[in-house]
Amino acid sequence: MSAVPQPNPAEPVLEVENLSVDIATPRGPLRAVREVSFQVKRGETLCIVGESGCGKSITSLAVMSLLPAAAKRRAKKLSLLGEDLLKASGKRVNELRGNRMAMIFQEPMTALNPAYTIGNQLTESYLLHRGGGQAKARERAIELLGKVGIASAAERLAQYPHQLSGGLRQRVMIAMALMCGPELLIADEPSTALDVTIQAQILRLLADLQKDLGIAMVLITHDLGVVARIAHRVAVMYAGEIVEEGTAERVFASPRHPYTRGLISCIPVPGRTERGGRLGTIAGVVPHLVGDIRGCSFRERCAYARPECSANAPLRSRGEHRWLCVHEELPA
Amino acid sequence: MSSSTGTMSAAAAAVEPGGPAVAAPGFWRRVWRNKAVVVGFGLLLLVVVMALFAPWIAPYDPYAQDLANRTVPPFWYDGGSWAHPLGTDPLGRDYLSRLFYGARISLLIGVAVAIISGLIGTTMGMLAGYFGGKTDMAVSFMVTTRLSMPVILVALATVALIGGSLWVVIMVLGLLKWDRFAVVMRSATQQVRSLDYVAAAQAAGASTPRVLLGEVLPNVAPHLIVVATLEAASAILLEAALSFLGLGVQPPLPSWGLMISEAKSYMFFSFWLIAIPGGALALLIFAINLAGDGLRDLLAPEGRA
Amino acid sequence: MGGYILKRLGLAVAVALAVSMIAFLLLRLSGDPAIAIAGEGARQADIELIRKTYGFDRPLPIQYVDWLGKTLRGDLGESIYFKTPAAPLIFAKLGTTMLLGLLSLAFALAVSIPLGVLAAVYRNSWIDRLCLALAVLGQALPNFFFALLLIMLFSISLRWLPVSGSDTWQHFVMPTIALGYYAAPAFMRLIRAGMIEVLEADYIRTARAKGLPASQVIFKHALRNAVVPVVALAAVQLGFLLGGSVVIETIFALDGLGYLAYQSITYKDFPVMQNIVLLLSVIYVVLTLASDVANAWLDPRIRVA
Repeated sequence: MSAVPQPNPAEPVLEVENLSVDIATPRGPLRAVREVSFQVKRGETLCIVGESGCGKSITSLAVMSLLPAAAKRRAKKLSLLGEDLLKASGKRVNELRGNRMAMIFQEPMTALNPAYTIGNQLTESYLLHRGGGQAKARERAIELLGKVGIASAAERLAQYPHQLSGGLRQRVMIAMALMCGPELLIADEPSTALDVTIQAQILRLLADLQKDLGIAMVLITHDLGVVARIAHRVAVMYAGEIVEEGTAERVFASPRHPYTRGLISCIPVPGRTERGGRLGTIAGVVPHLVGDIRGCSFRERCAYARPECSANAPLRSRGEHRWLCVHEELPA
Repeated sequence: MSSSTGTMSAAAAAVEPGGPAVAAPGFWRRVWRNKAVVVGFGLLLLVVVMALFAPWIAPYDPYAQDLANRTVPPFWYDGGSWAHPLGTDPLGRDYLSRLFYGARISLLIGVAVAIISGLIGTTMGMLAGYFGGKTDMAVSFMVTTRLSMPVILVALATVALIGGSLWVVIMVLGLLKWDRFAVVMRSATQQVRSLDYVAAAQAAGASTPRVLLGEVLPNVAPHLIVVATLEAASAILLEAALSFLGLGVQPPLPSWGLMISEAKSYMFFSFWLIAIPGGALALLIFAINLAGDGLRDLLAPEGRA
Repeated sequence: MGGYILKRLGLAVAVALAVSMIAFLLLRLSGDPAIAIAGEGARQADIELIRKTYGFDRPLPIQYVDWLGKTLRGDLGESIYFKTPAAPLIFAKLGTTMLLGLLSLAFALAVSIPLGVLAAVYRNSWIDRLCLALAVLGQALPNFFFALLLIMLFSISLRWLPVSGSDTWQHFVMPTIALGYYAAPAFMRLIRAGMIEVLEADYIRTARAKGLPASQVIFKHALRNAVVPVVALAAVQLGFLLGGSVVIETIFALDGLGYLAYQSITYKDFPVMQNIVLLLSVIYVVLTLASDVANAWLDPRIRVA
């Protein structure tokens, strides 16, 4: 059983400092995540947003110690509730996973084992981490299924994953993650694989649960609309780095990094975007991240690029709002 | 055909059309790097050489009995000598020579049975895969029926009824062991049938045999070769078992299985009498299986587990 | 799932009938059965009498139907050699062979499942390569040779186990190993392949994210899904084991169906021979049916459709 001191509300639940992940490839190490740092506090939602391949999913896997064998992780600091995850033994990590920190994934269709019932899979982690008996675990499972909005929870326990729709399965995944009352929930694109209407429901559910349970949440997405809906704070990732970070309001109101600007301008806004007008795009492709990388990784696609960009992209900050750019302020 | 029947689905799921892998650049380099193929074919070559050149390299006539020199041990034992490097059997026949000639029999069995069963099975499989429908149902039914019969029992019974000899064994095994050819060729053909150049050949008015032989066959050939090696090995083992039981090749032919049978009463005192042909059999099968596995990696890697 | 079972059942019956036809015709291979029964140098009048008594003068289809009718009613004719009714003789020995078959299967699984899981979990490491090497070696060893080696070691050198007979459990140890080892490589490869595939699945990542210990992830979550094709193969392999018991039972003089088959073949005891082939084939058909049903049941997607 994990003996964890009561969390100090002021202390961050998750602290990540200079996290890097290298993936071994025949052509040299792929620098998938580069010196990423962030924090999440209780009751706070941090959205990590970026396009495919920017390293956001790998970041979350690194936090959970679920990286594939070919990936190597290093960090200056990685701690959950003050406990150092870098030094933790495999056994300790298992004690924390599903217990103090939980994760839900993108594809609800394949994330559940088709051979066992929902009830079996729900109670599994509870029985492991909390002990007690089947009866207590069942009770808890029914309680949580209710919390995630699944009616007739008792019947559902005996059903198999293939008997549920995608939206229901994702709700079950959320319930499963919350079984042991974790302080941190990482959600990797939880609504992407679902219908648009269901997407909104799931996001709403996550927001409600957070208010209710006070958990710290890291939500990974490529969709700025999701960010707008649910995030307290945003971290924009590009090519393995966090290029801008701050409260959702600040970042949306005055994006400082050219990439963030580009992303936001890509969102069509009724009233502002002209009918029949062109949707904003960011020209170019994500750079290869193999071998040594110098300078700002966005410079090839940046409308404001300057010669200095190939040397360095310094960290700038204004209060809690931070970004990596040569420019202190972008022209309007 | 049930999609859950082990054999059918396992083979069906594993097959994809080739596009002759031989044509891919760097093929021969991949061959040399594939240890299984190199070792397997190397050993196999050794046995083939033994068999082919037996009349010239065998020191004695394998049938010549020398009752004055019965059960002489091989040269590394006391009482052995280089006159008979691998010793002699209870009738004084030189074991080394019998080993070489035995290789001929095993290889002949393997090749002949593979050819016969290969012809039967491939024809059935290709027809079933190409035409589908009733043809497919009929072939599948025949395969299921054949799979339901215990091969060794039927072979034993048949040989007992007709009389045992090398050619009877070859015919019986050839007529029984076509099932895997049929299953694999059927799947392979099904995959290939839907490819563009087959449709092109059909559109150009090519007759069915022409399409089958000209377009389909070259593409399913890799799978055919892999199955053939495995079936050859299996046939060699079966013949050895049949001969061991006395219902295969008849004495005085030096079939390795028969040699083991003839020696089993002496095995405690003269262990080499069974160890040498037994080891030779194991080595040959090992070589063929290794080569077959390696071939599969090279030619039809999707078929690999 | 009911409809699925019915279809499989229908196919099974059809195959069983086809097999019975083949078993029936098998006998006619040796030429005139009347002569075979009468024996060498019998008088023409005697042969004619036998022909009339056994009804060999009637058209073949009628003979078949008549024979099938008798067989289904349990009248399997009389053993020419033992001079007793064939049915009780055959069924008395069936138990021993079934026991041997099941023990061998259990042995094969007990060896192959741990090795297959190990090989998959430590994929491409030396453990994996060792397991695969063992598999290839296992399949290269002829079973009768291996049986003799076992006898040399355990009976003659160590004197731990008896050589022949079937009275005590010790009599079953070596036959079980000698029969079962050959099936192990196929299972091992299947488990390894299945585990490798399953371990990549999303739900395994979910299980790990829940903090489940490695043993639970591998054995509860992964193996449960990887084992499904093994069940199908197990039924198929059991059929092969039953058929292949001829050689092993004969070597160890284990008093089962295989040994009886060998004796009946040697003594040209047709009714017994024919019926053993038929019985084993029907058992095989039943096993295949059972495996299909088990397969369907193991996949909740089919069971709770």
